[in-house]
Amino acid sequence: MQPARFRIEWPSVLLHGLQVLAFCCVIAVFTTIIWPDPGYMRQLVFSNCIGMLTWLTIEFGRLLVPPEHCHRGPGSSSHGWPRGWRGLVLTAAGIAVGFLGGTRLAGLLLGDTIQARAHDPTLALLVTIAAGIVASFYFHARGRQAGLQADIAAAERDASQARLMLLQSQLEPHMLFNTLANLRALIGVDPAAAQRMLDHLDDFLRSTLAASRASSHPLAAEFERLRDYLALMAVRMGPRLAFELRLPDELGQQPVPPLLLQPLVENAIRHGLEPQRDGGRIDVSAAREGDRLVLEVHDTGAGFEPGAPPGPRVGPDGDVGSQGTGFGLVQLRERVASAYGDRGRVEIQSQPGAGTTVRIALPLSSPGWP
Amino acid sequence: MTTALIAEDEPLLAAALQAELARAWPELRVLAIAGDGASAVEQALALRPDVLFLDIRMPVMDGLDAAAELADRWDESGGPFPALAFVTAYDQYAVRAFETQALDYVLKPVRPERLARTVQRLRAARAGISATGSANEATVASDTSLQATAEQLHRLLAALQPATPGTAPALRQLPVGTPGSGGATIRMVPIDEVLYLQAADKYVRVVTADGEHLLRTPLKELLPQLDPQQFWQVHRAIVVRADAIDTVQRDEAGRLRLSLRGSAEWLAVSRLYAQRFKAM
Repeated sequence: MQPARFRIEWPSVLLHGLQVLAFCCVIAVFTTIIWPDPGYMRQLVFSNCIGMLTWLTIEFGRLLVPPEHCHRGPGSSSHGWPRGWRGLVLTAAGIAVGFLGGTRLAGLLLGDTIQARAHDPTLALLVTIAAGIVASFYFHARGRQAGLQADIAAAERDASQARLMLLQSQLEPHMLFNTLANLRALIGVDPAAAQRMLDHLDDFLRSTLAASRASSHPLAAEFERLRDYLALMAVRMGPRLAFELRLPDELGQQPVPPLLLQPLVENAIRHGLEPQRDGGRIDVSAAREGDRLVLEVHDTGAGFEPGAPPGPRVGPDGDVGSQGTGFGLVQLRERVASAYGDRGRVEIQSQPGAGTTVRIALPLSSPGWP
Repeated sequence: MTTALIAEDEPLLAAALQAELARAWPELRVLAIAGDGASAVEQALALRPDVLFLDIRMPVMDGLDAAAELADRWDESGGPFPALAFVTAYDQYAVRAFETQALDYVLKPVRPERLARTVQRLRAARAGISATGSANEATVASDTSLQATAEQLHRLLAALQPATPGTAPALRQLPVGTPGSGGATIRMVPIDEVLYLQAADKYVRVVTADGEHLLRTPLKELLPQLDPQQFWQVHRAIVVRADAIDTVQRDEAGRLRLSLRGSAEWLAVSRLYAQRFKAM
């Protein structure tokens, strides 16, 4: 079912093997200090047989643990260290196999009789356990670190992808050229209004470019950008668009991810108001509810079927733009999740013909809130 | 006196186009400005303008669909079909298609020199119509002009299909929802049992000999996945299985309709797709 489960990354296995080999040589020095009698070479054989068998058992034994119980490895498909008790059991099993099998194997290699094998089995076992735990912990920590680095790299990739998509949706050519067409029309009939529109466009473009770089800005700035965008759209749509923005003064400094609400307002216009002959109205509000900041974008537009769409669909899901539930909402959920984890919530209410309300609840960020 | 209708949902842009037209074509009289595709069709039918400026992206019905619907409902006996000029802010595919189909278009923001060129072409087309009209062949001329426009629109819409047929493997079965199951039960309807498909809002009605089902895929997306030999589009919203067609009739106004074996319904054939049945 999952071919990745048994995929072995030989370069990293080889590297692990060499590290174990080196570690075993050090252990042999240590055991030679405890039992100087049989000599370093003999100790080296014992140490390596035990060490290599322990390592092989753990290295390949972890492939038997289902991937969902493992930490993520350095590559996206690689199999990391097993989590929780599975990791402990695997380590214990490796040490047991290594000690029992390794001493026997070393005995065979050196041509010993069973009686002559070990000086003090208990001490030898303790040395093996200690060495096994140290080595396992080392590989475990290394693996986790590599996994974390991979996660960070993936998150950075996702974030830049998201920024690019946001930028693309903001600078949608149809919107830009229609705005320019309106500007051209206004220059002739109402130069003062044309200047105001140009200022809004200027602010809108600047903030869009800035938002693709910054990771947060004050809520007041977010509302200013919405005002720019809605003012541009109000010139274009005339009486078909009415809007109101309500931001209580005390919430203006709350930090939010830039252009968090922007795609929602854009969706409300594009999929809610534009398909309707008479347009509609958009209300954007911020409120404090307990220890949460609640942002709401409500439109009186076309709405859509809530929840899972009834009936099946055929073919590629390439209709993100036309269906109205695509980029904006998916993107919003991802952005809220990556910025706030479980403490951020996105709720959508919609009915065909009755408009759409999107509610975002975020933790308030001022610690000393009155 | 030449008359025009402007269909544009943004009031400032409609006013700007009207002002530019007043400069570029002083004898043109703008009869009305429609704010969406559906009212553009109604007003065009009522006012019968000579020229129709159609914005592509409009509420309720877009400019291309409005042109197709107008071509279907236009009564040729009352005069020639209006000359069409599409207006768009940015539609690179549409613009390419307009060029290949030799349909007039203007880009927003509208520039005087570009509009002058369109006006020149529209005037020339008008002159051609009045010339044949004075030669007492008005009916014939208007018929060919409507038919020609319908065929142009047909090719235009075909060129604007999201994917060309043949790139996706033809569907063998349609997974349809069962009424009342809330999407929990899916039935597979073999494509050969389908009589016709009809776009209804965001759904497609799948009609077979034993009943009908709903498919939540827009017809525009479904079309490229159907075998064009087996399934014929006969209307903006209707696709029939060619083998199921029983009879095709022409009414007094020259409109076609067809019936299918296994169904009592008559389906309208759009002028855009009428040339399939030219032998009749």
